[in-house]
Amino acid sequence: MSLAGFGGVLVWARRGIVDQHKWMTADEFNETFALCHFLPGPNIVNLTFVFGSRLRGIPGAIAAFSGLVGPPALIMVVMGMLYHRYGEIDALRRVLSGVACAAIGLMLAVVFRMMTPLFKRRDVIALLVMVAVFVAIGILRLPLPAVLLVAIPISIAITYWVKREAA
Amino acid sequence: MNSDSNPVFALALTFATMSLFAVGGANSAIPEMHRVAVDVHHWLTDKQFTDVYAIAQLSPGPNVLIVTLIGYSVAGLPGALVATLAMCVPTAVLALFVSRFLTRSSHARWPGIVQAALVPLSIGLMGASGYILARTSDQTVVAALVTIGAAVLASVTKLNPLWMLVVGGCLGFAGLIG
Repeated sequence: MSLAGFGGVLVWARRGIVDQHKWMTADEFNETFALCHFLPGPNIVNLTFVFGSRLRGIPGAIAAFSGLVGPPALIMVVMGMLYHRYGEIDALRRVLSGVACAAIGLMLAVVFRMMTPLFKRRDVIALLVMVAVFVAIGILRLPLPAVLLVAIPISIAITYWVKREAA
Repeated sequence: MNSDSNPVFALALTFATMSLFAVGGANSAIPEMHRVAVDVHHWLTDKQFTDVYAIAQLSPGPNVLIVTLIGYSVAGLPGALVATLAMCVPTAVLALFVSRFLTRSSHARWPGIVQAALVPLSIGLMGASGYILARTSDQTVVAALVTIGAAVLASVTKLNPLWMLVVGGCLGFAGLIG
């Protein structure tokens, strides 16, 4: 069971697991994905791990994980070596600055896209929670675990309460 | 705790903890990576951190592999290996256990509530990631325009994001970004 060809992108994972090899049904895939989405950590890595274990137990999980992470991690190491050696060259520094600017723009676009439904629903509480986390982490630079240990229970309590009011 | 003398140990501890708090994926953990790698341990400078982020975006594979690069910069190959495993394994094992215990319909309500509750948190975290990286990168008008341009293009078109990275890189090479 060689998964070395795994692209590392969700679309590819889905195509390979559901469409080509019929290792999982579409529903199973969605369910596993939803689960891995609300758990912490890199979603796709979680997904691969759970998927591998369902198929072949722990060895399957390890195989799927190595297939997903191994090849791109090797590329990263090579990039790291190149950066280590040539990172001080002026032209490369300029190129990387340019790429970073564009990459930040891409991340902001994702943020906007995720915010849109909250605005559309006029979900004031969710927007306030969002701003509070932004300020605590981005501006006050508080440690992540401390912020989340406070924010997660509060957010869950609010969500639960709002859903119960609505029901 | 003498983590300064053994960076590999510090890497393992840092990323294993972070792994369990990365709500919404690797991009949400960027402010924490920056805080630990730049402010606390001085493993990287601000500029190196944004460079590493740029390299990670240019490379194939899951976003989380930015930790491989950070690990490599800190402690070479062992650092890369340890950082990657520490970031991936704890949360993957957690996912495995939860998926075994969570039978299909019995707890159908709670995952929905938890997921809805985490959405605003992960948006706030990603916004903070963008802000922290932009503080270092976008120090000229042109640089800020590239960021805004990429954000707008990615929001309103279906253009492949790689093109925007390439254009950003070319503008940088031409010396326009500074």
